Amino acid sequence: MDALLLARLQFALTVGFHFIFPPLSIGLAWLLVIIEAIGWKRNDESYIMLGNFFGKILGLIFAMGVATGVVMEFQFGTNWAEYSKFVGDIFGAPLAAEGIFAFFLESTFLGLYIFGRNKVSKGVHWFSILMVAVGATISAFWILVANSWQQTPAGYVIRNGRAELVDFWAAVFNPSTLPRFFHTFTASLISGAFLMMGISAYLIIKNKELEAAKKSFRLALIFGLIVSVLEVFPFGHEHGRQVARTQPEKFAALQGLYTTQSGAPIALFAVPFDNPPELKAPIEIPGLLSWLAFGDINAKIKGINEFPREEIPPLFLTFVSYHNMVLLGMYFIFITALGTYFLWKKKIWDKKKLLKIYIWSIPLPVIACQLGWIAAEVGRQPWIVYKLLKTSEAASITVSAGEILFSIILFGIIYLLLFALFLYVLINKIKHGPEPINPKEATL
Amino acid sequence: MIDLNTIWFILIAVLIIGYSILDGFDLGVGIIHLFTKDEHEKRININAIGPVWDGNEVWLLTAGGALFAAFPVVYATVFSAFYLALMILLTALILRAVSFEFRGKIVSDTYKKIWDYAFGIGSLLIALLLSVAYGNILKGIPINESRIYSGSFFSLLNPYALIIGLTGVSLFIMHGAIYMTMKSEGAQLQRMIKWATGSWMTFIVLYIIATFFTFFYSGYLFEGMTKNYLFWILFILLLLSLFYIPIGLKSQKYFLSFLSSSITIAAAFGISAVSLYPRLVPSSIDLNFSLTAYNASSSQYTLNTMLIIALIGMPIVIAYTIFVYRVFKGKVIISKDSY
Repeated sequence: MDALLLARLQFALTVGFHFIFPPLSIGLAWLLVIIEAIGWKRNDESYIMLGNFFGKILGLIFAMGVATGVVMEFQFGTNWAEYSKFVGDIFGAPLAAEGIFAFFLESTFLGLYIFGRNKVSKGVHWFSILMVAVGATISAFWILVANSWQQTPAGYVIRNGRAELVDFWAAVFNPSTLPRFFHTFTASLISGAFLMMGISAYLIIKNKELEAAKKSFRLALIFGLIVSVLEVFPFGHEHGRQVARTQPEKFAALQGLYTTQSGAPIALFAVPFDNPPELKAPIEIPGLLSWLAFGDINAKIKGINEFPREEIPPLFLTFVSYHNMVLLGMYFIFITALGTYFLWKKKIWDKKKLLKIYIWSIPLPVIACQLGWIAAEVGRQPWIVYKLLKTSEAASITVSAGEILFSIILFGIIYLLLFALFLYVLINKIKHGPEPINPKEATL
Repeated sequence: MIDLNTIWFILIAVLIIGYSILDGFDLGVGIIHLFTKDEHEKRININAIGPVWDGNEVWLLTAGGALFAAFPVVYATVFSAFYLALMILLTALILRAVSFEFRGKIVSDTYKKIWDYAFGIGSLLIALLLSVAYGNILKGIPINESRIYSGSFFSLLNPYALIIGLTGVSLFIMHGAIYMTMKSEGAQLQRMIKWATGSWMTFIVLYIIATFFTFFYSGYLFEGMTKNYLFWILFILLLLSLFYIPIGLKSQKYFLSFLSSSITIAAAFGISAVSLYPRLVPSSIDLNFSLTAYNASSSQYTLNTMLIIALIGMPIVIAYTIFVYRVFKGKVIISKDSY
């Protein structure tokens, strides 16, 4: 296999595996900010207990995120040296800013949050989880700045054979940064909500610390419904409108629009084929795509046929991952709305089957995140920086295919082991359930 | 007036020194952990660094990010040149990071032992690989005119780099042992003092040998040093802090000993940085091909923007880091929140 393909595989593997954890920890951290605040202000024992319980789970997920994230900070240099040289003047800045403004904050305060419960005042302890959540969110922001710059570069000139920064704020707030940040951040909140909801549902079914579990379930459910709705409208919608304007070939690939047309339809279902570009067995709603993207059912949208053959992304993968992400997004709204309805009717606690569905839904938002990310990155191909640098020109020259194969196998084995252990320890922690607090400690 | 390139040369050095001082003791404790037998003492080790190691490691990540931002050519050239070594380093960092979380989670002695080794060997590998990598930088690596590296993984394992590697490892062990004198009590404390003095002597011997070898391998590093006042300041600081360590340990001033050991690290690294300047990566083919703070840097605009980010961000980072260390100061007490 050639070194370029291997380098891409390695990047997909390491980022994909890493990206399982940050959405969960961002979402869980914000929910813990709420839980710890209630526990502190009302001195409510069950919330303190929940804080302890979910705090430990956050610690585990966070450790996995840190462990797998280290690879990312170095991998641009090791595997993508030519890319690093080309974009270093711009791309390094958000990474460094992430370290300075976010990593330090979340890592330092996570230690204080997990180990400092009885060492600092309750206010400082709450402040520490707040800083973890804020830090994790800022971290997501800077990473999305860097990645969005690859999608829609701005604030640069090409000079000395590389992209040089001329306007920092234009690069930071490039056309896709904010839509992509809100979209991804809200996806993280959904991931955290479904995690807490599923774990709480398990505790309810197993009749463990029932009173506390019902509280965290209710919180996560309502929170989950709100963010699931926000994710689709306005954030998903806005992001889609932005892609339609800034990366038309990616938009066409996502939507399966292979010929330019006015009154373009939304494809609800179809099987896409790459060569020649064709949707088989499509179920479509005419005009809806034009209306959603440009507010006019007759608007003309460019199809894949408008672009040079060598500049269009892989069609199958882009279409399929995007559509499954959307499908999951709809499911999140449906399942949280259903739960909220039964909660309102005071019937939810008897719906054991529904509660079980929430347990099995825990991984779905993480899968949606992965699909969205695949759609975003594959949809940008063949470019590593849109219209500026091709992926094929970006890999390290001095690293051989053998070396990359070695590191893929190395990471593959370690990640597999880590993931198995992670699940084992996580499930153990959940089965163990929250530890009751003795009254003496609660007043400390 | 110091120019931006020089400021960034200094800032990268400061980030590496910050990492070596802070995560340095984590690594030292990890290496000592390999030789710790008693379960209670092992838990003291882990919990001594448990609340802080994560924040400490961020110094390495930030150094990586800052290197990317300020000197992208160095970031790209060195990291792709040291490919396999870095992959092993990353593996070690991953295993160490999860070892704390996983170790105490299953009641089984074999399982615990595996994670003890992951923590210990992981720490040893990190300390050794980073020091060997730095040894190679001091020696110079084969990069040609067009900045292409022409060495191999095994050419990185040369005698000179290995000596620097061992010197670094002994320094981290000393630093870790001294950190543990602040955190442990009784028999463990006495053992840590022995570890500290033993590694202190080893470090001094290795440092002298390494200096001697440097004359032969990269004599140019000494050029102009006798006239450089910064070199003399750092050199005197190195001597004073090294000299104080055994005195501090004997008079039970463990915090001051730790401070001295931190100054030792800063001074020892500072001296090498002063002799490298303005080169970041000397070329062993021809010194003229070296990557320097001037020919490998980002644009002035980026360096300036990054400086503003660093000046806003780092004081805040240092403030809350000190705050958190103060919360966890003193001997380790094992509680139900502990690992």
